[in-house]
Parts: sequence; C-alpha cells; structure tokens
Amino acid sequence: MLTLYTRRRITNFATLSLSMAAMAFGLFWLLWIMYTLISSGASAISIDLFTKTTPAPGSEGGLANAILGSLQMTIGGTLLGTPIGILAGIYLAEFGSKGWVAPTTRFINDILLSAPSIVIGLFVYGAMVAQMGHFSGWAGIVALAILVIPVVLRTTENMLKLIPTAMREAAYALGCPQWKMTLFITLRAAKSGVITGILLAVARISGETAPLLFTALNNQFYSNLNQPMANLPMVIFQFAMSPFEDWHALAWAGSLLIGLFVLGLNVLARILTRQQGSH
Amino acid sequence: MTTELKPKIAVKNLNFYYGNFHALKNINLDILEGHVTAFIGPSGCGKSTLLRTFNRMYDLYPKLRAEGEILLNGQNTLSSNIDLNMLRAKVGMVFQKPTPFPMSIYDNIAFGVKLYESLSKSDMDDRVEWALKKAALWNEVKDKLRQSGLGLSGGQQQRLCIARAVSVKPEVLLLDEPTSALDPISTAHVEELVHELKQDYTIAIVTHNMQQAARVSDYTAYMYLGELVEVGETDAIFTTPKQKATEDYITGKFG
Amino acid sequence: MTAQELRLKQQKRQDAAFRISTRLFAILVLVLLAAIIGSLVYGAWPAITTYGLPFITTVEWNPVTSAYGGWDSIYGTLLTSFIALLIAVPVSFGIAVFLTELSPIWLRRPLGIAIELLAGVPSIIFGMWGLFVFAPWFADNIQPWLMEHVGTLPYVGWLFQGAPMGIGLFTASLILSVMVIPYITSVMRDVFEVTPAMLKESAYGLGATTWEVVWNVVIPYTKNGIIGGIMLGLGRALGETMAVTFVIGNAHRIPGNLFDPTTSIAATLANEFAEAASEIHIASLIYLGLLLFLITFVVLVASKIMLMRLQRNEGAHS
Repeated sequence: MLTLYTRRRITNFATLSLSMAAMAFGLFWLLWIMYTLISSGASAISIDLFTKTTPAPGSEGGLANAILGSLQMTIGGTLLGTPIGILAGIYLAEFGSKGWVAPTTRFINDILLSAPSIVIGLFVYGAMVAQMGHFSGWAGIVALAILVIPVVLRTTENMLKLIPTAMREAAYALGCPQWKMTLFITLRAAKSGVITGILLAVARISGETAPLLFTALNNQFYSNLNQPMANLPMVIFQFAMSPFEDWHALAWAGSLLIGLFVLGLNVLARILTRQQGSH
Repeated sequence: MTTELKPKIAVKNLNFYYGNFHALKNINLDILEGHVTAFIGPSGCGKSTLLRTFNRMYDLYPKLRAEGEILLNGQNTLSSNIDLNMLRAKVGMVFQKPTPFPMSIYDNIAFGVKLYESLSKSDMDDRVEWALKKAALWNEVKDKLRQSGLGLSGGQQQRLCIARAVSVKPEVLLLDEPTSALDPISTAHVEELVHELKQDYTIAIVTHNMQQAARVSDYTAYMYLGELVEVGETDAIFTTPKQKATEDYITGKFG
Repeated sequence: MTAQELRLKQQKRQDAAFRISTRLFAILVLVLLAAIIGSLVYGAWPAITTYGLPFITTVEWNPVTSAYGGWDSIYGTLLTSFIALLIAVPVSFGIAVFLTELSPIWLRRPLGIAIELLAGVPSIIFGMWGLFVFAPWFADNIQPWLMEHVGTLPYVGWLFQGAPMGIGLFTASLILSVMVIPYITSVMRDVFEVTPAMLKESAYGLGATTWEVVWNVVIPYTKNGIIGGIMLGLGRALGETMAVTFVIGNAHRIPGNLFDPTTSIAATLANEFAEAASEIHIASLIYLGLLLFLITFVVLVASKIMLMRLQRNEGAHS
C-alpha cells in the first residue's frame, strides 16, 4: 500500500513539476522576444524615424511614410469594418433566436475569425487589385476591414447577451420600440465591452502583414489611397529580408513601434474590461 | 450511555473564516463511532462548512481558514503536516448533487480503489460488486457496468457516488445534503442505505429536512449563525429540546 | 388617425427597418465567405484546368518552364503545423494545468496576462526575431550539439542531420509552436474551468492527488473542448504566414530531415505573389491559397463541432 502511494505521490510531483516547466517555457520565449525587441529597437528610435521617409540603402531616412500609411489603413479598416460587425452582432444577439441566418452567420463568423489572413489578402487582390489594375491603399483598407468584422461581431454579440433581460423588459414596459431599446439601452450598457472588442481588432490588424502583401503592397514615398501605400509591417518585411544593416535597424525600430502600439491597445482593452466587470 | 462511547471525530474550539467572515464560532462536538450524526439548521448556518472541515475540502480554496482542533482517532487533522490525500481516503464524502465521473460505472468505483490498492482483475470485480451492493445499486446496473455513469437516473447516480465513497473503505462518511436533488423514492432508498451503512461506518449527514434527520440519525446537532446551539440524542432533540431556539426551529416557528 | 396611432405605426416601420438592415449585415458575413471561395476558385481557374487535381501531389515549381505542382508547399504546411502541435500541445496543457490548478491565486492573473501577451505579439515580430536572434543562436549552440549527439543515434539520428543553418523546418515549427501555445492554452484553461467544482471535490474526497484529478476527471470531462482547442491552434498554425516565411528557408523541396529548408503554402505566397509575372504562375499561387483555405476550413469546422459538443454535454448534466 505504501509503495503504491509513494508511486502516486512521485507521479504527482513529476507531472506537476512538468506543468511548472511548461509555464516557464512559455514565459521564457515571451521574455526573450521582449528583450530583443527593446534592446534592438530602442537604439534605432530617433526623431528622423517620424519625420523622414523610407530611405534607399546606405542613405539616411525614417519610417514617416510607413507610419502614416499604417495609421491611415488601420483607421480606415476599423471605420469600415466596425459598423458592419456591430450591426451584424446586434442581429445575432437581438433577433438571433429564430431562423437560419443567425446560427449560420455565427458559425461562419467563427471560421472567418481564424481564417488565414493571407487568404483574405488573396481575395481582395482578386476582387479589387486585379479589377483596378494596381495595388492601392483602399485595397489594404478593405482587407483589414474583413479582419475586423468577425472580431467586432463576436464581441458585440457576446456583450449584448450579457445584458440582463430585466433591462430589456424595463424598456419595453415603457413602450420603447425595439430599435431604440437596442441602440440606446442595451448597446450603451454593453459599450465598454464592445469598445474592448474594437481595440482588440485594431491591435490585431495593426500588426498584420500577410493581407497587405497583395493589396497595399509598399511605397517608398508618401502616397494617397489610390496608390500602393507604405505601411510598417511591409517595410519591416522588406527591410528585414534585405542584406543592409541600416535597413535592419529601421526594421527593428518599426517592430518596436508596432509592439508598443499593440501592447498599449491590449492594456487599454484590459482596463476597460475591468471597468465593465466592476459595475 | 453517551459517555461510554468512543468519539471518532472530536471537534475542539473550532473557528472558521471565509476571508473576514467568521463562519463557524467556537464549535465543540464529538461525533461518535458507529453512529449517525445529523446537522440541521437554516441555510447559511454553517452546517456544510463544518462538514467540509472534516476532510479539509476547504483547503482547495484560497482565503479559507480553520482554527482549533479536529481530532480523528485522536490525531489533529487541522495540523499542517497531515497528508490530505490520506485524510480524504479515510473520510469519504457524498455531495448535494450526484457527481459521477465521466467514465463507466465500473471505472467510477475502480478509480478510487486503484488509488490505494493494487488489486487483481477478479479482486477488483469483487470489490466493485461489493461496493455496488452496499449502495443497493448492484441489481440495477450489473448488466451495464461498462456504460457511462452519466446515463443513470439521478437517484442511481447518487447511489453510485455512495458506492464510490464506500468502495475505498473509509472510516467516516460525510453526506452533504445527499438527497436534496433527488425525488422522494430515491430519497427513501438513500435513507435506507444510511441505516445499513452505519453498521460499518461513522456517518455525518447535513440535511435541511428535519424529518430526514429524525428518521436516519442517532444524534442531532442544531446550528444557527455559525454556532452550535444544541446537540444530543435525536429523540431528545426532537421531543424535549433544551434550548428555546432549537424548539422554535423544530416546531417550525422559525426558519 | 390620432397622433399616437401615427407614432405607433412609425415605430413599427422603424423596427422592421432596423431588423431587416441588421439582418442584411449578418447575411453580408455569409456572402463574404462565399465571395472568398468564389474569387479564389475564379483566380485559380487557369491552374485548375491546366494541372487538375494532380497539382496537389506533384513536386515541381518552375516559373521558367511554367510547370507547377503544390505538394512541397502543402507538405511543408502540414508538417510544420504537425511538429508545432507536437511541441505546443503538451506545453499548453501544462500551462493550463498550472494556471487552473497549481498557481497561487495572486500569480494566476499576471501569468495569464503574460501568456495572452504572447498571443498579441504580431507575427512579423516573431519572424524577425526568429531570423535575426533565434536562428543564429540555434545554429551556433544547439544544432551542432544535436547533430553530434542525437544525429548519430540509430532510428532517429537521420532526423537530426543537415546543414546547421539555423533556419529550416524545425525552426519554423518551433516558432509556430510558440505562436499557437497561447491560443491552445486559453481554450484549455477555459474548458478546465467549466469542470464543476463538486466533481473535482468528489475526486479529491476519495484522496486523489491533483494530477489524478486532472487526468481522470478533468480531461475526460473536457475532452471535446481540449480537442477543439487543439484544432483551433492547428488552424492558426496552418495559415500563419510571416513568422514562417522568415525562417523556413523558402526552398521548393521535400525536406529530408528536421534541419532542411523547405516552404509552406503561406510562405510561397508571401515570397512570390507580388513578383509573379505570368498568368499561370499567379493562378497556381491562388490554387495553393484555395487549398490552404479548404484545409483550414475543414480543421476549423471540426474544431467548432467539438467545442459545441462540449457545451451540449455540459448542458445535459447540470
């Protein structure tokens, strides 16, 4: 009996130790990547980064056009994708109890949520770039918007469903029509949750490269949305794959910028979630 | 007569806290060997909490803390050097709702036995049969031992859980409102079982059903707001309670 | 008609308009999926008609002679994802167990956040870090040792040969595994938390150790959810582009061992699409993209079904 018990305790100890080792393994990579990002990126950060455009190899330059392009396309993609996601999410949450549309959409949305982003890029290439005959910032915006929709849709639906029925009934009891109840009461009550979802969607698209490869492409200069458009992920990709040291440094600086931006969005989303939880 | 009997569990100056909430206040009590002790009282009076200190189930959760002594066979189970797995093997427990494990009926029983004994296939078969018979379930399930325990009815599931608790041959059985999720017929089954089982085990049962306490127990303890108001032989508690509060509760004036 | 009746009528119209317009947007999501598949098929059509299904099993990628077959890219995609899961599944499981059962309460939140942060790291950063930091370190410190000590063993030795370049199949798989660990972990952690406390207590009540409770009660109870989580991770790994493109080596060939350079569908697309000149080259790449989408589609549908089954089970006995 004792030997069996001893063996069980050893198994327990061994497996639990392995579990701890797994935790350490996960943290190890995170810390290593963060350390690299900060140590390699910080030294390349300068004023030039924000004022000068991407240079030819060997000359001075910055990332200003890429930063601007990323901002334009991220904002554009969010503005285009968010309303679609929210409205579709409202349908699923408020009218989704009957019919085939809601369950099918919910299912398909979950697929889109994890679909390879490079395939989204291919789709927008076929649907827009090939038709228009050239790469453009608009195509980049559409590709990013398609990534935003499923994230926002899902959070909107989930957040609306958390709103207690009593609140809905109270609104109906006043004779409030359904659209007013949804837009001005439940959606407002779910506001911080929905905003969290939008922030997470922004965090996701701001680091995405694959869907921009065939849509916005890249540009060495400032451009308008009808032309190929510079953006941080593509510049990082191009510069990192090059043999030039000064381009590598700029690529690290760009990575750090994206990393900090994404981190900031995550922190913000977390603070909002906490506020949501507290009332 | 009480004095000649040996206490299986002796609770001495027990205090229990959920964070800052003082849930059990200075409890002193003996649970006598080979008898059934019932704990009654209104919801939130601490009867389940008290039961869960006997096998230190509260240890799984943070911020819960017990002070004082609980002696099992004279040994303090609250001391930090007690091996919790061993303690829980000696003190079995059945919960409010049936909790069959997601495995076959046979494996539900064998799981616990395998923890402490290496039995041959045939010995294990015998043990499973023995435990299921103890729980008066054998006749109903003997042909479907390989089927999932989740397929049984609620009452059968609860008896399966009792069989599982009995199978490891514990010294004490803790029953935490074991019939609260069952229909009257299943309840009657389980109550009969408690009668049978007290031949071999010391039993502590928490119930909010006073008739049940009267039917199954030898001793009854009435608790209120974390305090032990009165404890004594069940007949005495129900016919001539010493405390006014107990009488009020039992006669339904309160609670 | 009184003013009130008019108003009621107006509200009714508004409600109907609201319902119909939100419904349109929900349907738009469905249309989007159909459009993605349709546009991929349309774009790939020249390659589909030229090469047919044998495209899938042919190893050949020659823009000069316009001979295309996708098996090396498909094989690379499947193999890197498979190896990544071999590493990621046990690690994610360990982390999930740690976070739900072992970790002191005050550490749970920060550690959980740390793992989620790992999911937030953009894949291009993984790729760059893999190329500039991990691959050289791996080539200098780990690969020579592995080749010397493990590469000489019978049976498994051949896996650990090849040139110690740092980049290649194994590095790509390892980085993929780090990327999918947070996804698998978060699903596992969520499903572990749905295991009813009373069920776990019953096992502890019999004297089971933490490990025995996890292995015998939590895992069987959450089996479908765990598989769903693994499939979700697989879906992510299959489609991951940038991290893999940086470190896989981008060689159109079937790898002979763990350290060989190879390619994946996503990496092939990332490298060649923007520069592809001929129509058939573009169509072949889109054909690959279509296959990638179909593979992930099947995996994700399977994962959804598994997770839904878990929810149904849970509903059935609570």
